[in-house]
Amino acid sequence: MTSRILSTAILGAVMIFLIGPFFIIVAASLSAGETLAFPPQGLSFRWVLKVFEIESFRSSFAMSMMLAVFGTLAALLIGTPVSYALARYKLPLGETIRTIVSAPIIVPGIVVGLALLRYLVIPFGFNLTLALFMAHTALVLPYAVRVVSASMTNLRSDIEEAAVLLGCSRLGAFLRVVLPNIRGGILAAFILGFVTSFNQVPVSLFLSGPGIRTLPIDMLAYLETTYDPSVAALSALLAFMSIGIVFLAERFLGFSRYV
Amino acid sequence: MSDASFLDLERLTLAYGDTPAVKDLDLSIGRGELVALLGPSGCGKTTTMRSIAGLLKPRSGKIRLDGVDITRVPANKRAVGLVFQSYALFPHLSVFENVAFGLRLKKIPKPELEKRVETGLKSVGLSKFASRKPAELSGGQQQRVALARSMVMEPKVLLLDEPLSNLDARLRLEMRTELQRVQKESGITMIFVTHDQGEALALADRIVVMLDGRIEQIGTPEEIYNAPISAFVADFVGFENVFPVEAGKLRTPQGLFAPQSPVPNGVAGLAWRPTGVHLGTGNFQGTVRGTSFAGRTREYLLDSPLGTIKAEADAGAASYEIGAAVPFSLPVENAALLSRFG
Repeated sequence: MTSRILSTAILGAVMIFLIGPFFIIVAASLSAGETLAFPPQGLSFRWVLKVFEIESFRSSFAMSMMLAVFGTLAALLIGTPVSYALARYKLPLGETIRTIVSAPIIVPGIVVGLALLRYLVIPFGFNLTLALFMAHTALVLPYAVRVVSASMTNLRSDIEEAAVLLGCSRLGAFLRVVLPNIRGGILAAFILGFVTSFNQVPVSLFLSGPGIRTLPIDMLAYLETTYDPSVAALSALLAFMSIGIVFLAERFLGFSRYV
Repeated sequence: MSDASFLDLERLTLAYGDTPAVKDLDLSIGRGELVALLGPSGCGKTTTMRSIAGLLKPRSGKIRLDGVDITRVPANKRAVGLVFQSYALFPHLSVFENVAFGLRLKKIPKPELEKRVETGLKSVGLSKFASRKPAELSGGQQQRVALARSMVMEPKVLLLDEPLSNLDARLRLEMRTELQRVQKESGITMIFVTHDQGEALALADRIVVMLDGRIEQIGTPEEIYNAPISAFVADFVGFENVFPVEAGKLRTPQGLFAPQSPVPNGVAGLAWRPTGVHLGTGNFQGTVRGTSFAGRTREYLLDSPLGTIKAEADAGAASYEIGAAVPFSLPVENAALLSRFG
């Protein structure tokens, strides 16, 4: 009996630790006061509405969206053929390729950001937006390869041979038979990659410049000068967006099967 | 069975990597024949089948189909069908779309396509299942879909990889009958690969026994079953007591022994089925090491100067206990005469 109470208490504590901050942020964003505080002073939507009026949030949101969408698409464009090759062929350097592709999750983001800044942007005057795009693509690539590979291993290779014997070319067999069957995995990888890229801080921190900022970096910068509840309001909005995406993905794809 | 050679393999050598899986294979198959490639795993039967399908390029040699050299023709242009052991149905497509897959690629107009798919499904008794997904079907039904999917393409040759091995005993008999019916009705040339001599004997017009990338023997089921020509084939079809012949005598690790009657000239080996061993009288003496009841017969394992002998006798005849001394003979008229040994 005591152990039952104890385990419930521990579970409760963990849940509070995980979900509690979310409620604090939501509550703080609905404050009517002038500063970021909990418990909120009064209740109003003014800070939520203000978020949409702040120009720099609008442009950094657009930048983050663009990076998340196109970076993830690029990662999938590279990652899907890589997954296919790793699953189907005994490549001489298969393990090495797998390691290289996974490296961006293992190497700390700070290192990646600094390296890109020091060796790409500074010496060659590399376009920052392009550097950000490349960095985000590389960061999402491991997820793309992992998740797509997982959905590929359940697919027997003889269905491609069957398609070929029914008249398909090798590429046709991939497009008509392999792709439709790993669609769920690709969409799951897209969502995971999108969220990863959107939340990325350390790499983006090094690759920011005048007018070029991702949303999380912009929020940090905003907090340094202005301590009002609009950052809380924006955080809450982003959290709801993530919850919405994952909910829809789970509903229509069975997202949790892939992750 | 037709004499005209429809599918010819000429000095075909196939390899994965450096080790050849099939070496200098010659085989001629007639139009409308139902041929079994029979052998243990690793004998090259599946490799041979894959090369006929075009999934494996030969190292050397030629494949000719209906008078045309198809050695260099890619798999998707060969008009050869293959029913995979795992069926290889497309999981994302319905039964109808699985069967329609090849016809759609051929841009067959819709009314004709629908008619052909429906006829195909009807011929395997699956009309009712057209809208199901493969995962919703039993193994036997999946295999019939795979068969229909290949058949609607009207291939010149239909290959089947271990068509009965994934089915349970009852379905196996059903599918065997089905395959024979489909083959007789369509007159299609069929080649199937199996490691099960029972399947090959029951289904095929002609059996090609393979071992180590070579053909051991080609013959009708009766020829293979009654007159194996090599020690391997003999053992494979149940002549379990196999002896090489040296100077008209049976060679065993214990020395040379003469059977009761003279051995014909030019015979390299002799083999007896357990039922061919005569128990009760004879010039050899054995001791019963084990015995088991097998319905109409009783099986014995005998220790003898020739080594272990497997014998089988009418259950109604005298039976012997373990440890009993039993005289026996190996009548040459019951033996398979092997022209090759090893």
